[in-house]
Amino acid sequence: MSEKSVPQQAHTVIIGAGIVGTSLAYHLADQGRDDIVLVDKGPFPDPGGSTGHASNFVFPIENNKEMALTTQEAMRQYKSEDLYTTSGGIEVARTEDRLDEFERQLDSAAAWGNEAEIISPAEVKEKVPYINEDLVTGGFWEPNAGVVDPLRFGEIKRKAAESMGALQSFANTEVTNIQTENGEVTTVVTDRGSIDCEEVVIAAGLWSPKFAKMAGTEIPLTPAVHQLISVGPIDELEETGEEVGYPIVRDVDTQMYERPSGNDMEVGSYEHRPILWDVEDVPSNEEAALSPTQPPLTEDAFEPSMEHALELMPDVLGDAEIRHAIDGLLSVTPDGMPVVGPLRDVDGLWSCAAIWIKEAPAFAKYTAQWMTRGYPDVDLHQSDVNRFDGYGTSKAFVENRANEGFQKIYDIVHPAEQWQSSRPLRQSGFYDRQADLGAEFFESAGWERPQWFESNADLLETYADEIESLERPYEWDNRWWSEIILAEHLHMRDNVGMIGDMGFGIFDLVGDDVEAFTQKMAVGRTDVPVGKSVYTPILDPSGGFRSDLTMVRLADDAYRVITGGGEVGPDKRWFRNHMDDMDVRLIDKTSALGTLGVWGPNARDLVDSVAEEDMSDEAFPAYTAQEVTIGEVDAWAFRVSYVGELGWELYAPMEQAGRLWDVIYEAGEEYDVRPVGMGVYGTTGRMEKGYRLYGHELELEYNAAEAGLTFHGVKDADFIGKEAYAEAIEEENAATLCTLSVTDHESSDGVRRFPLGHQPILSPEGEILEDEEGRRSYVTSAGTAPSLGKHLLMAYLPQEYAEEGQDLQVSYMGDTYPVTVERVGSKPLFDPENERIFS
Amino acid sequence: MNTLACIKRVPETGAKIVLTDDNQAIDTTSLGFTISPHEECGVEEAVQLAEETGGTATVLTLGSPEADEQLRTGIAMGADEAIHLETDGEQWGPRATASAIAEGIEAADESFDLLFFGNESADQENYQVGVRVAHTLGLPIVTGIKNVEIDGDTVVAEREISGGTEVFELPIPAVLTVKEGLNSPRYPSMRSKMQARRAEVATATPERSEANDVEMIELETPERDDSPAEVLGEGPEAAEDVVAVLEELEVI
Repeated sequence: MSEKSVPQQAHTVIIGAGIVGTSLAYHLADQGRDDIVLVDKGPFPDPGGSTGHASNFVFPIENNKEMALTTQEAMRQYKSEDLYTTSGGIEVARTEDRLDEFERQLDSAAAWGNEAEIISPAEVKEKVPYINEDLVTGGFWEPNAGVVDPLRFGEIKRKAAESMGALQSFANTEVTNIQTENGEVTTVVTDRGSIDCEEVVIAAGLWSPKFAKMAGTEIPLTPAVHQLISVGPIDELEETGEEVGYPIVRDVDTQMYERPSGNDMEVGSYEHRPILWDVEDVPSNEEAALSPTQPPLTEDAFEPSMEHALELMPDVLGDAEIRHAIDGLLSVTPDGMPVVGPLRDVDGLWSCAAIWIKEAPAFAKYTAQWMTRGYPDVDLHQSDVNRFDGYGTSKAFVENRANEGFQKIYDIVHPAEQWQSSRPLRQSGFYDRQADLGAEFFESAGWERPQWFESNADLLETYADEIESLERPYEWDNRWWSEIILAEHLHMRDNVGMIGDMGFGIFDLVGDDVEAFTQKMAVGRTDVPVGKSVYTPILDPSGGFRSDLTMVRLADDAYRVITGGGEVGPDKRWFRNHMDDMDVRLIDKTSALGTLGVWGPNARDLVDSVAEEDMSDEAFPAYTAQEVTIGEVDAWAFRVSYVGELGWELYAPMEQAGRLWDVIYEAGEEYDVRPVGMGVYGTTGRMEKGYRLYGHELELEYNAAEAGLTFHGVKDADFIGKEAYAEAIEEENAATLCTLSVTDHESSDGVRRFPLGHQPILSPEGEILEDEEGRRSYVTSAGTAPSLGKHLLMAYLPQEYAEEGQDLQVSYMGDTYPVTVERVGSKPLFDPENERIFS
Repeated sequence: MNTLACIKRVPETGAKIVLTDDNQAIDTTSLGFTISPHEECGVEEAVQLAEETGGTATVLTLGSPEADEQLRTGIAMGADEAIHLETDGEQWGPRATASAIAEGIEAADESFDLLFFGNESADQENYQVGVRVAHTLGLPIVTGIKNVEIDGDTVVAEREISGGTEVFELPIPAVLTVKEGLNSPRYPSMRSKMQARRAEVATATPERSEANDVEMIELETPERDDSPAEVLGEGPEAAEDVVAVLEELEVI
């Protein structure tokens, strides 16, 4: 074949022709991109990446909603090409803890619309006759599990895009540089010529960081080994005459799987010690004996896995020959989720990487939507490539978290489980003081944030009566939790508490056009006087939530934006990408300012005692901000509260934050001020006030009317999502966000249980609630409300059930519990008129 | 009948071989290691003969501590014993290698009836270690063997030549250097792998002979044809693309 040169120009260049790149090429073509070039350094259809050695099976059940929905969409796509073979799959338990986890998975299956069943060891044996059932305590049966052919799928999709006239593909073409100009991608340089282009997608799997580096940015992932051997021939499999003759087994307690493939059994492991590779050490296609991503098996690391496989399936695995044994390389990110979306610092550059076979066509479709119309159908914020902005893109961090996360792939991971490595990474100016007070630090977006303080244990006695019925006797419910949180909460409501740092993302917007710009971005009116604030949803054009944040006008030409620490990367990119030619600059203050919240009935007296300014309600009304001096510290004070109390967020230069803490803490002795943790700020206080949390209640699937956040009405000025937002207000909701309380906590075993979130909500008859748009009701947030003496759940309920006093049920790890709708919409349950905030 | 198979740990390379900066060795940073393919057949033959005759099969290597991996593969393929003549990992010339192996064989607890070598190693290709060992031990040898039969006290060995086969009869004990195609070496099973990991390996540390030896000056990689290949498709559906390429090349 002759040496084809690449075209000199294209609209879109996709780097990487694995399952992601080929699917993406198709979906972009399908959505109207008509000038796409796909390049890969390897041959088609298997260019040598992870797609070529994947075990290709799909287990649909996921505890994570984003992964569950993308897996379902990917299955639809594989099935539509007739490349999905349903085999069923069983996760086998070797422990009692795992059986509990299966109950949790059943809740997830019900919440996201999947089929599953917990089965006995005998039933496991019936489905997989060669299993040693003596080792098995039970099974989790997924009837829709199956296997796919991603190479064939990719080939079909690539050809389809080519025959639409939208795609030119180039195998054996190496990208040697990605050129940028003024922060914008301009050219992809290959060994067959250069391509000037508008947009570039890095879909290069484990090579992605290398390409990001060429463009001057970072994609945080690392190649890691997944060990895999293939043994055979096995008569029992041969006799079925099928590609997958028996259900795939995931031996989850040993982090392994056994997947029939013809007359072979593929035995894969995530049990072995983490083996990370440097992307620069991955050999080229020509240098590799098998493929660049299939280096030979590191035998000693696989030894425990061999023993575990042998003991589970001794009859079929013992004497079968090992015909293939590799250290399969795949991509691992710091938190195990994909890295998708437009890169924050290079316009026109996208990432679509670290995606398993089982979700790939879905991520391709949604990324294509994101590229062509600005937003995907399914919320992908957990996979946003910018989520590590400001802290988590270093090689050391990526490697540490990959090492740690690798061991969690099949592990039972508690929803509040904390990472241990690369900590502490971000310490606020309060850190040492908090550590001295016995802070139990949790990490969020790299920040060390106290969840509660052991030094407050004495409050347990003070509030013993209020807390007693809310204690959590079951270990799982109590894990990563403490009833001290409840005591801190009650103390704050009675006296005063200090909370810091909240780990916010903070950036200032400055420029002559800043008012017009913020008007365009926000649902709320931002043409407010200097010193006033606006809490506002940020929508995408479909009316779904892109973010929710607070803006405070600092000057005629300046606003401060305060958002979640994990959201700041995506938010900054969203804002930047809509600046067009406006005179607006974005200045990140996240690491420059330490934030101390002082809240509670005594907050004014306390702050007033050390402030040079008048802190009275007249001089400093709620929801306004001013410059103040607290003791020696010049700070910026913002009278606002996410816990529903009188008080301020005090923003001080980070190097003076410690001094600010000391001033407040010492003056606060008189009021018995206590340090209070994020357990109160993020959960108990918030839940009592009905405050919504981005990523939990607020996401693309639900609109502002459904979330109960239409208090701004529809302003005159245009803003992104206005049409959809106005329409949502006009139309009757399909579902409305409600707050429910658990009315009886006792399980069938007589233990008081406390649902932790993500469980399905059931009708009184036990049916899973589903709205007319097919969205199931599930617990978006759960938290105890000590001032109300209740355990609260938030959930979107179909209109017919969104009625205060409506009795329903929540499913939780094998039992159902009665719940009642306490509130429809956003009016707080605690202090509904917000008297405390305005006091 | 007791058999011995001598094996060498060699890098498992792809189509393109990368050398270290000083051109003294293959850059193995991203490579795995294996037994030379000829020697895998040697192990298989040694194991089969021992099994058939109720003797023992031994694998022997001279090499770095890491070569233990290849010995254990030999055990997993059915060898009963393993001898590791451990070096610091430097390449030894064929003369020093043969001298150390011959000494190792003489020092072994067992005496061997048939000794198998690969016809040449996959990396150095000196073609002489087997011959030198045979000479040192005073044993008959034939090289390039692709079929082996035992007939009482003699071994009948066949070598393929252009247009026919050469058949040799050697009195046992004898040395054979063998080639790929002699048999189909078995893959180890999971169970045998596990057992092999626990097996004992007899280890000795031979002195490197100071005698004049073949000296490697430098490695060179051969010129390669880098023209790309592309799979146009499979089956009848590919016909259109094939025709298109032929037209592009103006051959039709």
